[in-house]
Amino acid sequence: MSKTVTEHTYGNMLEVKDLKTYFLTDAGIVKAVDGISFTLKQGETLGIVGESGSGKSVTNLSIMRLIPSPPGKIVGGEIFFEGKDILKLSESELRSIRGNRISMVFQDPMTSLNPFLRISTQMIETIRLHQTISRKEALAKSIDMLKLVGIPAAEERVTNYPHQFSGGMRQRVMIAMALSCEAKILIADEPTTALDVTIQAQILELIQSLSKKLNTSVILITHDLGVVAGLCDNVCVMYAGKIVEKARTEDLYKSPSHPYTYGLIQSVPRLDKAKNGRLFSIEGQPPNVIDLPPCCPFHPRCHKVMDICRTQYPPTTDLGGGHEVSCWLYGAGKEQANV
Amino acid sequence: MYKKDEKKILLEVVDLKQHFPIETGFIFKKQVGAVRAVDGISFTVNSGETLGIVGESGCGKSTTVRSIAQLYKPTSGSVVFDGLDLVNAPKNEMLKARKNIQMIFQDPYASLDPRMTVRTIIGEPLDIYMRRGLLDEPMDKEMIEKRVEDLMERVGLNRAFKNRYPHEFSGGQRQRIGIARALALNPKIILADEPVSALDVSIQSQILNLLSDLQKDLGLTYVFIAHDLAVIEYISTRVAVMYLGKIVELSKSSELYHNPLHPYTKALLSAAPIPDPVIERKRQRIILTGDVPSPNKEHKGCYFYERCPMRMEKCATNIPPMHAMGNDHAVACWLYE
Repeated sequence: MSKTVTEHTYGNMLEVKDLKTYFLTDAGIVKAVDGISFTLKQGETLGIVGESGSGKSVTNLSIMRLIPSPPGKIVGGEIFFEGKDILKLSESELRSIRGNRISMVFQDPMTSLNPFLRISTQMIETIRLHQTISRKEALAKSIDMLKLVGIPAAEERVTNYPHQFSGGMRQRVMIAMALSCEAKILIADEPTTALDVTIQAQILELIQSLSKKLNTSVILITHDLGVVAGLCDNVCVMYAGKIVEKARTEDLYKSPSHPYTYGLIQSVPRLDKAKNGRLFSIEGQPPNVIDLPPCCPFHPRCHKVMDICRTQYPPTTDLGGGHEVSCWLYGAGKEQANV
Repeated sequence: MYKKDEKKILLEVVDLKQHFPIETGFIFKKQVGAVRAVDGISFTVNSGETLGIVGESGCGKSTTVRSIAQLYKPTSGSVVFDGLDLVNAPKNEMLKARKNIQMIFQDPYASLDPRMTVRTIIGEPLDIYMRRGLLDEPMDKEMIEKRVEDLMERVGLNRAFKNRYPHEFSGGQRQRIGIARALALNPKIILADEPVSALDVSIQSQILNLLSDLQKDLGLTYVFIAHDLAVIEYISTRVAVMYLGKIVELSKSSELYHNPLHPYTKALLSAAPIPDPVIERKRQRIILTGDVPSPNKEHKGCYFYERCPMRMEKCATNIPPMHAMGNDHAVACWLYE
């Protein structure tokens, strides 16, 4: 999908530059997102992978400017959407983008719908907030959207309450709501984590076909490497608030360069491979992100740790073809590390 | 470890049914129906092997192991452990046998009491069985203390942490505490109810490795539940696939993955994502339509009928029995009659 898009900036739907989101807590400063940059092209599906606490969700809440403040604060960086810096917009300008041009689907469809309101009420509210159309037209549009996401008997189901839908159906409703305005970007935060495998396959298929049909860019946050492999054009791997590796999906799986990415891919048992002995495992625990020292946060768990890793954060090296990695094992850092 | 020629049946489940009544009325309660969580399943577990149970949420996996552990009183059927039918045995006998059946739970955040120290959590089973006088050899306070420390070491926790509380540990470490507690009474069989699904990928492989090491060293038998097919394949000797309270396919792990027979197993396997973009994008998916139906009503035909891509007329009216296909492979489907 992405190969037809040229490198011009107008092809970029979203450009995140050096974004920093910190949380000021009593225990210290939590650098949840610490200087990350990435771009999202039109029609592209970008995966953000990482373990809990790595800052995946905070990144996306920052894009929507939904960070609770205090304690959270976006302390630096720029987020360009259609040529404007989202971080500099006023609250009312932002409201015309949030939920309209950039929409979000959350992990848990049980808690992100209001249990007291009919689906129709919730969908009409969203649509009429962003478009000046009558209730009737909005209702017709809701029904169209529900049909689009594959809800049978949409005319009747639209007046149902959320509890009358199953988990997978609720997630479909969420997607329909997210796309009911003219969303250019759909941010899906672990959209299938709460669902069963067979339902997960349905929902992923739906996201993929809708993004093709409507030419929507998708940011998919997940911890499941299998989901990323099937759906994403490009992948960012996050660890302790930083992007440690960024690559095209094929490249990332073929030659994972950061030891963390390598470990992640190796430590998942695979259906298509015969089991041979023990699983590779990344020893140790994820780091405590409060007051991280300026070294590589992965070094205590890294199987290729060197002396320099314990004192300095590695620079980002371009391995070619948009494959970037932050590790002392590569590029200019390599010579420095050997000194 | 498990050898082919010394198969000894450790656990035998025969036609186990676990129905939960649905009641209406406030004072004069009336039963109007039942949730058929587990609806007549039979299987055996050999000593030293791992039986994996896989299925979607609501298919009765957890209820099955809870019924085996006698946390619920089964509606009917029997659970024979080491020659003793736990369902009908006198309470004292049952408690004595249950010492050998321990559970590991899914959510390490919810399954540990936040007000207890690690020492109390791991030592509690020993304390309780000591008080009831059901231990094989009585243990005094020091012996229990020593055992707790050994167990912590065994599961990879620093013994200096024994006076800490659960909130001071990460998810993976908490799961290790749960495992140590399950090992405290030297059980023969461990029922692990989704022990790795709440953990991060990198921690998941640590726990899986720990569990297989423990199995080798202590000769444990596992009944292992997961919804992740790759995890089940990795850890299991044999696998049972459940759907709506019934076992639809039961076979050796390698056989099941190379030669799935039941349409549901095929769909499950094809829906599970494989972390390799080249393979993943070429795969043909069988995408099931619809959701798992409610387990409240009794079906006349095959429970999978509504979602099955291969359904026949016969399936609507007749419940398929388990057909043995040879090579330890059994399937409940009319296609293989």
